[in-house]
Amino acid sequence: MTWVSAIVHGILLGGVYALLASGLALMFGVMRIINLAHGSLALVGAYMSFLITEHLGISPYLSLAIVLPGALIVGYALQRTVLERSLRAGPLVPLLTTFGLLIVIANLLQYFFSPDVHSLDEGSIGLKAISVSNELAIPWFDVLTFGVAVVVLVGLQLVLRYTQVGRELRATAEDADTAELVGINARAVYARATAVAVATAALAGVFYGMRSGFDPNAGASELLYAFEAVVIGGMGSLWGTLVGGVVLGVAQLVGAQINNEYFALSGHLVFLVVLVARTALGVRGVGFRIRFVRRSVA
Amino acid sequence: MSEHAVAAPAFRVERWTWVSVAFTGGLTGLVALLALGPVLLSENSQNNLIQLYFLVTLAVMWNALAGYGGLVSVGQQGFIGIGAYGAVFFSLQHSLNPYLSMLIATLIGGVVAIPVALVVLWLRSGAFAIATWVIAESFAILVSLDPNPAIGGGTGTSAILPFNLRYTPEQRLHYTYWAALGTVAVLLVLLFALLRSRVGGSLQAIRDDEDAAASVGVRVLLGKGILFVIAGAGCAAAGAIILAWQLSILPLGPDSIFGINWTAKMIFMVLVGGIGTFEGPIIGAIALYVLQTYGPNGGVWYFVLLGGIAIGFALLLPRGIWGTIQERFDVRLLPVGYRLRQIGGAR
Amino acid sequence: MKPLLSVDELDVRHGLLQAVRQVSFEVGEGETLALVGANGAGKTTLLRAIAGAHRPAGGRIRFDGRDITTLAAHRRVRRGIALVPEGRRLFPGLTVEENLRVAAGAGRDGAWDLERVLEVFPLLAPLRRTRAASLSGGEQQATAIGRALMTNPRLLLLDEVSLGLAPVVVERVYESIAGLLEGGVAILLVEQDLARAMRVADRVVCMLEGRIVLEGSRGELTREQVTDAYFGLGRAEATA
Repeated sequence: MTWVSAIVHGILLGGVYALLASGLALMFGVMRIINLAHGSLALVGAYMSFLITEHLGISPYLSLAIVLPGALIVGYALQRTVLERSLRAGPLVPLLTTFGLLIVIANLLQYFFSPDVHSLDEGSIGLKAISVSNELAIPWFDVLTFGVAVVVLVGLQLVLRYTQVGRELRATAEDADTAELVGINARAVYARATAVAVATAALAGVFYGMRSGFDPNAGASELLYAFEAVVIGGMGSLWGTLVGGVVLGVAQLVGAQINNEYFALSGHLVFLVVLVARTALGVRGVGFRIRFVRRSVA
Repeated sequence: MSEHAVAAPAFRVERWTWVSVAFTGGLTGLVALLALGPVLLSENSQNNLIQLYFLVTLAVMWNALAGYGGLVSVGQQGFIGIGAYGAVFFSLQHSLNPYLSMLIATLIGGVVAIPVALVVLWLRSGAFAIATWVIAESFAILVSLDPNPAIGGGTGTSAILPFNLRYTPEQRLHYTYWAALGTVAVLLVLLFALLRSRVGGSLQAIRDDEDAAASVGVRVLLGKGILFVIAGAGCAAAGAIILAWQLSILPLGPDSIFGINWTAKMIFMVLVGGIGTFEGPIIGAIALYVLQTYGPNGGVWYFVLLGGIAIGFALLLPRGIWGTIQERFDVRLLPVGYRLRQIGGAR
Repeated sequence: MKPLLSVDELDVRHGLLQAVRQVSFEVGEGETLALVGANGAGKTTLLRAIAGAHRPAGGRIRFDGRDITTLAAHRRVRRGIALVPEGRRLFPGLTVEENLRVAAGAGRDGAWDLERVLEVFPLLAPLRRTRAASLSGGEQQATAIGRALMTNPRLLLLDEVSLGLAPVVVERVYESIAGLLEGGVAILLVEQDLARAMRVADRVVCMLEGRIVLEGSRGELTREQVTDAYFGLGRAEATA
């Protein structure tokens, strides 16, 4: 791999992280919840897709038609049962319950599916690549994944900006108490947000499963990378998540270019540098909308 | 104007109630008794108690961070690893006495905590949690890449040699037992003194309401910084004990010395015992110890149970066993904090 | 005539403090009731309890004949109760138009929509796309009232609309809602300015330390009576 190749693949890798991270950013932006079980839920999505493709013989892409609605329901239920109570119990509690969920899910997956590696078949697209030069070939599947990430982020952004559901979500995120006073059912809003977040996680899990093999303990690293992407991009900012993912992906692959073993470490280093720089400069984060504070003429 | 002159009730501030005097006395006696462990108890019991001691250490440290500082760290395992690897390094590479190495490793843990604190303490809770995790992972990777044969890289290392050169297995057991008990005792006393001091008062103020505390001049960051350094050293001490206890360590993987499972256990202990209380983590450690010893033997179901119980407590008993008891019965066993006693009134 | 709102022996705690003690009163359809009293008298807590933001410790609240004491706040909005909170509490990141539109989801039919609100508060028309955080006090107040109106309420709760506003601005706000005050919506308003309260309201209720100490219609009460009650002068019993 050349440097250019590392950067290009790093950008595409950023798309994978952004897809996984979009749900994290949503949940944090709306509810200030850090869902440590997000990666586990993505993995469940991959395993569900595996079961469906095995038993129904359809492609993983088609399996999404079942996996996604299922994930929406699971997310809604998760919020109404566990996360809602966690939120009420205190600001630290959701961190603790989602951590418990992470442990439980990982181990249950291990029990039901064994520690063996499984994978999903991405179909013929997996064999095609754009041949840019002798050293640079861009796999179509990676482009597809990046595209899906962009579509999800654009979609979420559009819903937030232009629909009543999105307005309610933003209002509730800013002031849940007052939102209730203008007729918004805050608990339903939160549940919708979690439902969408889990659905994006499942989507990310299926794509991850097509991209590489997975086992019950997989995704632990990827989860951390997704979190890094969210934090680099400015927590709760959707576009920031894409920027963060790309920054991380590029850092990781450029680092790997120097030495194969430096893959994760270079990502961590860039992550920490960004955090320190941001704290030192007092900047809130990449991707935050720059607000024009206009003093209106009264 | 109203004719009533309302007499304000007189209050007396109490720190030591007879209950807490009795309990503190009892606790000191218990520690003294436990110190006789190597003489009185079987090898198996000593082994088990060492485990209990380092679990208590970890629980108390995590609670100090989260319960008193509001800092939810998902990366304390980084310090555990530093303690363990530090102990190996100094005893293998520099041929120092392993127990001395353990002490040095503890101090290194505290020292490393300082630059880490400078990076993370300014972050808000979400970013803070992730950052601590990233830092722990980074330590693990750095260790796994270290070519030094004493460190052993990705395949891990062991302290068998430095121990066996100097001590018989029985001696190692005894000395490790005392080291473990000593560590717990020292940290508990240190924390106790800290909480009763002015810093401690400000820490509890921070825990109760950070903004209000800051507005009356409490040096919030300094208080958190002190906690973070103590926790760094304390977790390193636990890591050193763990090394002396299990002898072999690995750097990578969830079950390794740098593994995320340590955080899982710390969260469990603190949640079940009672976050933000002094006695809580001790109870939580005992609960985990019981689960480990008498529950399913490691593996999948052990962790499912662990996670499930943690979730259950978070939802149903968020104040933990001790927190709930404390609230229900207004009991304070150790004199941290103040009781307001109305003179001439009931209670 | 059945009252629209009926509050019965209401007790509300605010933290460790008993903010509302055994409060009982009624508001009829289309009536304007002014709630006056010093700071800390319990007025805001009472309004919030009626709106559903605060769970009462005891007593009953009835709206349109039905018991709503434990009904969730957003459901009360659907029945027709709307609160304009103390301090406005707009959604700072949303524009004026979004703040107004977000309240329309309550799903009640009625005369109020975006266009009508902008008619009543023409100063907001050029500010539709402005973020609420950038508005001046008077603009925020207009938006907050407009937001409540978008839910087509039958009972409008106004908590200190004059708070923090220059007298000229307050005048303009009250001018804008003059039509409201005369119209079919029942209004329960908290107002520090006694003179204004007595001018706009059909009835006045005075609270002190959580209790109602005086109640009467506009014609019945003199300024002096209200002022005395406000400051707790001339009470027969001593405080407990």
